[in-house]
Amino acid sequence: MTSQPVRFYQVGSFAVGNRLLDDDARTVQSDSNRTNSIDSGHRACQGCGEALGARYALDAAMRASQGQLVAVNATGCLEVFSTPYPETSWRIPWLHSLFGNAPAVATGVAAAMRVKGRTDVRVVAQAGDGGTVDIGFGCLSGMFERNDDVLFICYDNEGYMNTGVQRSAATPPAARTATTDVVGPEPGNVFGQGKNLPRIAMAHDIPYVATATVADLHDLEQKVERAMEIRGARYLHVLVPCPLGWGSASNDTIHVARLAKETGLFPVFEAENGVVTAVSKIRHLAPVEDYLSIQRRYAHLFGKHPRTDIVARIQAIADQNIARYGLLGDESEDETKWVEA
Amino acid sequence: MLRQIEGSRAVAETVALCRPEVVCAYPISPQTHIIEAIGAMVKAGTLAPCEFINVESEFAAMSVSIGASAAGARSYTATASQGLLFMIEAVYNAAGLGLPIVMTLANRAIGAPINIWNDHSDAMAVRDSGWIQLFAETNQEAADLHVQAFRLAEELSVPVMVCMDGFILTHAVEGVDMLDQSVVDAFLPRYEPRQVLDPDDPVSIGAMVGPEAFEEVRYLAHLRQLDALERIPSIAAEFAEVTGRQSGGLVRSYRTEDAETVVVALGSVLGTIKDAVDLRRDAGERVGVVGITSFRPFPGEAVRDALAGARRVVVIEKAFSVGFGGVLSADVALAMDGADCTLRSVIAGLGGRAITRRSLEELLGDAARDQLEPLTFLDLDHGAVDRERARMTSTRRSGPSAENLLRDLGTERSIQMKDRS
Amino acid sequence: METPFAITLDVGSSRANHTGSWRVERPVYVDRLPPCNNACPAGENIQGWLYEAETGDYESAWRNLVEDNPFPAVMGRICFHPCETACNRGQLDEAVGINAVERFMGDLAIERGWSLPAAGPDTGKRILVVGAGPAGLSATYHLRRLGHQVRLVDSAKRLGGMMRYGIPAYRLPRDVLDAEIARIVDMGVEVELDHNVQDIELERREGGFDAVFLAVGAQLGRRVNIPAGDSSRVIDAVSFLNRVASDDPPMLGRRVVVYGGGDTALDAARTARRLGATDAVIVYRRNREHMPAHGEELEQALGEGVTMRWLSTVDRLDGDKLVLETMRLNESGFPEPTGEFEELGADSLVLALGQDTDLSLLSQASGVVVDDGVVEVLPTMMTGESGVFAGGDAVPADRTATVAIGHGKRAARGINAYVLGGASADGERNELATFDRLNTWYYSDAPRTRRPELERARRISTFDEVVGGLNEENALFEARRCLSCGNCFECDNCFGVCPDNAVIKLGPSMRYEFDYDFCKGCGICVKECPCGAIEMVPEII
Repeated sequence: MTSQPVRFYQVGSFAVGNRLLDDDARTVQSDSNRTNSIDSGHRACQGCGEALGARYALDAAMRASQGQLVAVNATGCLEVFSTPYPETSWRIPWLHSLFGNAPAVATGVAAAMRVKGRTDVRVVAQAGDGGTVDIGFGCLSGMFERNDDVLFICYDNEGYMNTGVQRSAATPPAARTATTDVVGPEPGNVFGQGKNLPRIAMAHDIPYVATATVADLHDLEQKVERAMEIRGARYLHVLVPCPLGWGSASNDTIHVARLAKETGLFPVFEAENGVVTAVSKIRHLAPVEDYLSIQRRYAHLFGKHPRTDIVARIQAIADQNIARYGLLGDESEDETKWVEA
Repeated sequence: MLRQIEGSRAVAETVALCRPEVVCAYPISPQTHIIEAIGAMVKAGTLAPCEFINVESEFAAMSVSIGASAAGARSYTATASQGLLFMIEAVYNAAGLGLPIVMTLANRAIGAPINIWNDHSDAMAVRDSGWIQLFAETNQEAADLHVQAFRLAEELSVPVMVCMDGFILTHAVEGVDMLDQSVVDAFLPRYEPRQVLDPDDPVSIGAMVGPEAFEEVRYLAHLRQLDALERIPSIAAEFAEVTGRQSGGLVRSYRTEDAETVVVALGSVLGTIKDAVDLRRDAGERVGVVGITSFRPFPGEAVRDALAGARRVVVIEKAFSVGFGGVLSADVALAMDGADCTLRSVIAGLGGRAITRRSLEELLGDAARDQLEPLTFLDLDHGAVDRERARMTSTRRSGPSAENLLRDLGTERSIQMKDRS
Repeated sequence: METPFAITLDVGSSRANHTGSWRVERPVYVDRLPPCNNACPAGENIQGWLYEAETGDYESAWRNLVEDNPFPAVMGRICFHPCETACNRGQLDEAVGINAVERFMGDLAIERGWSLPAAGPDTGKRILVVGAGPAGLSATYHLRRLGHQVRLVDSAKRLGGMMRYGIPAYRLPRDVLDAEIARIVDMGVEVELDHNVQDIELERREGGFDAVFLAVGAQLGRRVNIPAGDSSRVIDAVSFLNRVASDDPPMLGRRVVVYGGGDTALDAARTARRLGATDAVIVYRRNREHMPAHGEELEQALGEGVTMRWLSTVDRLDGDKLVLETMRLNESGFPEPTGEFEELGADSLVLALGQDTDLSLLSQASGVVVDDGVVEVLPTMMTGESGVFAGGDAVPADRTATVAIGHGKRAARGINAYVLGGASADGERNELATFDRLNTWYYSDAPRTRRPELERARRISTFDEVVGGLNEENALFEARRCLSCGNCFECDNCFGVCPDNAVIKLGPSMRYEFDYDFCKGCGICVKECPCGAIEMVPEII
């Protein structure tokens, strides 16, 4: 990535903070005066990846915009758990309209700010994967095409968790959801073509597209920061594990996100103007079993009648990602692989 | 300044005088001329500062308006028919959030069968959305109502829909006295939002509200509409004072003094009805007209007052609730509850069918003779209906009715042509 | 601003909702015992001083270190660093070079003239310390800090014991040793050298000492009966090294054979090389795996041309020929004779077969129990004789300087409790911070820094120090390789990874606390704590 290796500061180099670094070189999250854009008392489940991802992203955006930020939210877990009347967890100006229109609402906010000469106020729209890849897709594509000055952040937990864990177009193959039960010869979700929104976003040639996970805060914050340096439509796709929907332990939220990246199942990269400019290398390559076996949504692949055939197909997806994005190799090597994805 | 001008153009220029800050639209007939004109003004820089946004759907159009309005910008959009239905979720949302968006609805029928011509089905479909709905009788009124609509919307934090009949008004060129910018500026103060997305004073807008407060939220919306019943006449009066023109208000009566039969209607058809009434008056019949400008909020009291003394009330409306009857009729009936009069419902002009003076005259005659059924479909081709019903009885796979009817009509016409040749 | 009812809400109002009530387990911060600290015979808080060294504040780090051990520069050279053997980082890539950092700080302290903490307020108690080796000097230091008067006696002409007379200068330059000893003496110590204590009881009584610490070491080289025509060609390693250290090296000839497998054998062989021996051969009865000497030392010896005769015992010295018997190891690794013999040319034979303690001074101390040549002691280091404490090589333990330094500290505490009344406070030990408690993802890969070594030519011709020190940059790097096992190092991970913002950051060096009003008990902080300093405990309902 664009990060400089902090070789000389290796005590907790990958941790949130580092007392050995200057204050301004530390992460936003390590700052005791961070915004806490989403405050305590929200009703997210224990270990919610989305609550974490949203605070990471928005706090970083707040720092990058010097506090001049407006957030638009699609309907979904994040909206429901953060603003049940009479309490809100948001500490930033926040608007929820509908499930499928967050990108357009954000366009409206950005237009209002522009017309009022408040171009210092930056606009973030956020949605879950349903509000992004499914019901919000039309508005999102329109926002991209117009290159409106909005950073759209998708918190991808791979399903409709708010309504009780149903399948979305971002649900991975073989995963159990309430609408892809583990019955029949091909249990769980189908092996479809997938709906890879980061790549669809890149196809719009918007100035910035990136993926991230809650497991690498430094990377996530850098990407938000980079995104905020740019005007126009930007897209950030953050993988946020859902203990409820994935059947992972509440304390495994970061661990499982890390494995998603380390297996190659979730490629972490960034792209500018439709071209991949950097990828986060896999640090300790792990087989997909490591990732799958700690989630109950894949429990049917293991146990008494293991489905090694299905696991192999999932491994093939990971291998394809590794090849496509060049996820293996030395991060410190200064050979950026330019991938036409 | 009086100009011969297309209705859409008159509305577009008047909207521009209101200094909207964000305008977005998705094209749909017969609204297109309005947004085309505004788009051109923004691009030319004559309407500035203003953001004109070409969106990918009506759903996005209303959504962009929601965002812009919540961020404190005066927001405008326009649509019609299918477009209104496509944005309906956002239409309700804008009202629920109390965002003072102004939207022109170029009234048009709703498919299927697809039909681009005028009726009021679209407006009626969002009757309960929480928007204020004002119906324009003429292009002059359509233009004037937009100025009043922004004023009203922003005073009350309620969105306002100005309904003007598609094609009949939008595409008609007639004389419109265009307002001066200074007059509009004096009449319409700067938009001061009740809630706004402001980083210096952050709030959360659009919370999830459960059973503990939802009814109160809805009731408060109702109260705001009741407030509008007070504000609409006073704003119209103030407007009249400035411009010398009667535009807007709740209801308008025409020759209702001593009238035994009073026709009630919305929109441009009032003009034709007035002509018919004039003819009937000339023939000595005691008939009059009450035009309803404010359909929502529904001015029950004003309607009752306007209809006081009438023995017969005939509601002519360009929409109906299938399986029930007239929508406006039901509202008028409720307003007249307990009054000593009969109420007749006439459905007319669906899908753009012309409502002719002759048909209206006959209708009024029937009414005066108390020969009207409780529910009448004006100029309905009973023959065509009967043929299709017979076909459906005889054949299971009778095919689509709309196409069958068209085929029948085509056959009839060709026979007529052959006869003529 | 009056905002629309229920549609618009004021920021942060969710703090009224105390989600802590959801919790069934709560995270708590703990301090666990780092394996390095656990392994350090001198009881150093290694993780603690590395933590301070990481910031580059070496003086604070050094002060932390000398709380336990007044010999960083010495130990940074001669300690066999069991801390590094125990270091969890060894399971990740390579152990932290603790010893090298210790030496760097020790040298820096000498260079900058940092002084040890002042002696404590006088208690009026007088303590006699017999033996000025690492145990005696360590006890003296700690006793002075506790405010006791100390009389330190030694039979040698100079202070240092085995550090001076047993360890060759190429491993421990004498200026370093002198500097660190001088710092202790400067605390105000009554020193008497060249004084042989004959009767400890008498000396204690006459001097009016409240307690005695015996740290007489093990100065007697163990001899075995090897038939030799000319016994003058046989010398024990202790005497050999002592004479070299006293500038009186014996003439050993060109072919020197050292018999034994401990570190002393290596010291003897390497010293012989430096004195001009062309052949320095170590004869050991077992093989390399079973050799008690430390691997590093062996590598250095081999690098200097010392050769090894594994699986051999010395049968006899016959003129200038040494007759060796070949051994083999039985199943339990014990050497057995084979009856096969071979000859090896030798001008002299150095016996490095272990040392014994001279305990004749205890003849009148009736309570002292001696078993297998060493003195039995309680955990407080007190012998069976009231007020007589013992430590170092004279008591049963590994005979290393570091162990002796630890004994000195413990004895000082024991003496303190004894003379003032009360119990010796040996704090409760925390649970060990084992490797499985760490989340090592967060530490970047960083192999250890190698200390420079003197080139071979100079190693075999001079007594110059073989192993160099780290410079500031790589000392800092090495310190920062510490994983801080079991002890919060304020990495902000818990503060950052909490989805409920339920961790409060208290500021530099104040660590964190949980906001149990909001902590839902998800456990992410525990799982993602790099150093295992948080644990979940069941909520008591």
